[in-house]
Amino acid sequence: MPEIFDSKGYEIPPEMQNNVAITTLDKIYNWGRRYSAWPMMFGLACCAIEMICTAASRFDFSRFGMEIMRPSPRQADVMLVSGTVTKKMVPQIVRLYNQMPEPKYVVAMGACASGGGPFKEGYNVVSGMDKFLPVDVYIPGCPPTPQALLFGLMKLQEMMDNQSLKTVRWYQKEDLPAIPVPILGPDLLDPRDYPEFSDKLAQAAVIAEPEEA
Amino acid sequence: MYGKGIIKGLGVTLKHFLDTYIDDIRMGKKRYSDEGIEYRSSKDVRGLFTVQYPEEKLPTPEEFRFIPFLVYDEVEDGEREIRCTSCGICAKVCPPQCIWIERSEDPKTGRPIPEPANFYIDVDICMNCGLCAEFCPFDAIIMDHDYELAVYNRFENNIYDKEKLLKPAEYYLDIRPLNYQIQADARAEKEAKKAAAKAKKEAAAAAKG
Amino acid sequence: MIDLTLAIAKEIETRFPKGVAPDERSGYEGYLVEAGKLVEFATALRDELGYDFLSSVTGVDYMPEEKMEVVYHVYRSTGGGALVFKVQVPRQNPVLPSLVEVFPGADFQEREAWDLLGIRFEGHPNHKRILMWEGFEGHPLRKDWEEAYFEEESKPFDARWPGGDVYRAEDENPFTKNVVYPQDFNPETWIPDGDKALYAGMKEIETDESLETEQIVVNLGPQHPSTHGVFRMVATLAGETVVKLEPVMGYLHRNHEKIGERNTYLMNIPFTDRLDYLASMSNNFGYVLAVEKLLGKKAVVPERAEYIRVIMAEFTRIANHVFAIGTLLNDMGAYFTPMLYALQERELILDIFEAAAGSRMMCNYYRFGGLARDLPPGVEGKMRDLAFERLPRKIDELDRYLTENEVLRARCEGVGVLTPEEAIAYSAVGPVLRASGVPYDVRRADPYSIYDRFDFDVAVAYHGDVYDRYLVRMEEIRQSIRILQQALDDLPEGEIMTGKPRYSIRVPAGEAYGRVEGPKGELGFYVVSDGSANPWRYHVRAPSFINLTALSKMCEGDKVADAIVILGSIDIVLGETDR
Repeated sequence: MPEIFDSKGYEIPPEMQNNVAITTLDKIYNWGRRYSAWPMMFGLACCAIEMICTAASRFDFSRFGMEIMRPSPRQADVMLVSGTVTKKMVPQIVRLYNQMPEPKYVVAMGACASGGGPFKEGYNVVSGMDKFLPVDVYIPGCPPTPQALLFGLMKLQEMMDNQSLKTVRWYQKEDLPAIPVPILGPDLLDPRDYPEFSDKLAQAAVIAEPEEA
Repeated sequence: MYGKGIIKGLGVTLKHFLDTYIDDIRMGKKRYSDEGIEYRSSKDVRGLFTVQYPEEKLPTPEEFRFIPFLVYDEVEDGEREIRCTSCGICAKVCPPQCIWIERSEDPKTGRPIPEPANFYIDVDICMNCGLCAEFCPFDAIIMDHDYELAVYNRFENNIYDKEKLLKPAEYYLDIRPLNYQIQADARAEKEAKKAAAKAKKEAAAAAKG
Repeated sequence: MIDLTLAIAKEIETRFPKGVAPDERSGYEGYLVEAGKLVEFATALRDELGYDFLSSVTGVDYMPEEKMEVVYHVYRSTGGGALVFKVQVPRQNPVLPSLVEVFPGADFQEREAWDLLGIRFEGHPNHKRILMWEGFEGHPLRKDWEEAYFEEESKPFDARWPGGDVYRAEDENPFTKNVVYPQDFNPETWIPDGDKALYAGMKEIETDESLETEQIVVNLGPQHPSTHGVFRMVATLAGETVVKLEPVMGYLHRNHEKIGERNTYLMNIPFTDRLDYLASMSNNFGYVLAVEKLLGKKAVVPERAEYIRVIMAEFTRIANHVFAIGTLLNDMGAYFTPMLYALQERELILDIFEAAAGSRMMCNYYRFGGLARDLPPGVEGKMRDLAFERLPRKIDELDRYLTENEVLRARCEGVGVLTPEEAIAYSAVGPVLRASGVPYDVRRADPYSIYDRFDFDVAVAYHGDVYDRYLVRMEEIRQSIRILQQALDDLPEGEIMTGKPRYSIRVPAGEAYGRVEGPKGELGFYVVSDGSANPWRYHVRAPSFINLTALSKMCEGDKVADAIVILGSIDIVLGETDR
């Protein structure tokens, strides 16, 4: 380390020269993305109404560059999961997520989308969107007030600011795999579970047995 | 005349558009003060309605409820005295059952003591209904006003434990002055009654003795 | 009134000496009908006794007695109280005849009873699941059916106190996604049913179109900007004309009733907020009315509380109707401007709710025998500001802005027509029913709370189309303002709750059906108590759900773009439709 600073003035070491360009580029790139994150017009439940209120004149999230809500996933950058995620709806949500172009972000708005919320115990409720999609920001509240949602969106912008072109997942060499769409079986089925399915089923039977005994 | 309705309707939008400027000019610099925010939420507002969060915030009314917190009183030497007695009423009344209370025991006698060993609220389940605060007999659990709680990772942050839930009584006084006063008065009255009853009993005992 | 019911009782007795008997369990009312006599009995009620409006159909699982019971509530469309009749069937093989032929409004409700309780209705034209998907294992509302996160039969759970060690339910469950599969289930061999059955019913319908067109099946939703959430419609189109349309729902089925049966009575109040989340005060109102009926004299509501209840319910109605008008215009393509104007008024009303009840949307304000708390200082002034100045002015402005707009009229007039006879037959309620020329408003027809003290008109229009539904909503806002002005002027001082608020109440055994005129229409709560701290059965008669029964009827023959507008004019909220 010392020899870098000992040399005349502030000379940038060769291995870091690219990075300086990239940090400046990052700044511009992130600034652009930060103020043009269009949310998807996609409401699930109660929180969707607060989301509409946030888009309306009193709170107006256009001030944050979320200028317009797009009903089509192809034109959206942010998916606001606004409400209870049910098992019947989850295949559609995953499909919508897969259709969104990168860079894409998921915000779990409210208790239900974060972790199931008050309806968690229900038979048709998924306990949290993050069981299927990578969630970036969680906003607690039931429902979060529009200001709480705005705070969450500001957190999202903060997150965008800290991303770097070098590490973001959409510029990596490997293709991004699509998230497998869950299937509606006798109960919700996640294709990712198939390999361990029989093991788990056997385990479940083992767990269930001592209770019966 | 065909089109009259449309023209009439467009007149309304035009009026709305002009009103924003009229409001702005009339309010002048005051627009961006607390008074301005109040005006923008009043019956008279005609123009722009927007409250520019985060620079401006809508005032939270006293009854506003978000996630609950636990109250502690500060006693003389900086010690915290937690009001909660782990009676469990909040856990029993909670509709989605998001409150977990661990009662603590006296290490010597093994008998339960009032202060909870731990107190958890899973905010991913909490429905902000306020029933816990409504039925707490010790005014120990109160609904908070702080809604800026968004996090990046719910698994680390969203089960609030006792440390995270505790807030001083001054904070409570600050956010809910009216309720605080009512409860403090009720408690003082109860204590006074108790003291009076005790004094009476003692006096009776003394008279007998 | 009493004479009338007596006369009817006599009439029923003479007409049906066998097969129909009064329900004599204590706390219960109405008649027990044998399954074989059901259709005949219902037809007689409709045609001869004037009970032409079927309000609610629901099942109850009486597991200890090995019986299933189907409960019907019928009313007269001219007003008055309910006539309840029930059919008991064995729990092992619950089959009874369908009433769809007599009351088409029973369609969705019978399907729901099949879906959730496994009661089969013979002769139902479309006997499929409605809220869960085809292929789902079990009938969840049966008392012996347990979900993945099942902890205990009733709340509060023992794990919470005194030894409450926090855990996430998903960590305890072997599959972590709250799913349970049958023991012998093998995913490799599973073939999902999908929507095969649904699409099979949609193909190739005979029409008398003069133009030769190819029919196609179009799927709208559940992610569609104009379906008000996660609602889905599947339509068969000939050209642009809808020849058949089927609503598909359940995408927001949050198991309200199953959770409600585990909750204590008090815990259900905040859950009702989340039914019709645009009108939480009305939901509270209906539920507390039902439970207060069971509680009887134990829950007498003080005068001041009654007034505040009415005031809040009417503010809710206004907030809901402006929102409904805004979304209707949104659906028509007037993107966002009418919505913004509507939301502005709604925000001001929400400010009042926030100040009084503590939350903008999930108010949780009503309690059995009163209210949660009195109005904080300053709120009454705000209410007066809105009711006497702001809202009348703004509603006139909205009227000026929209009502005469030629484009709006062209899009709305003559679209989605429902005749009065059809509206009654399909059990349509609220603005949909009243726009068809049936002046039926529960506040007038069967007054509850203190609505008989106020002077207001029942808004009614006679064309039964989308435009009339819009007009009825406008007029209802005006009438609500009238009620508000009277109520605010008469608002007395005093208590807001009789007795001390208690968190654990015991409700006498019996059944009760409480209904209110919510913004969407008649909202009913059917509660069966077995005397314990939890309701045995808790059913919601959701207006948005049952109004949808008439949707396909309204859409047939109209253009596909109109189907969106018609849906908007029914004004559904998915939280209530799917519960």
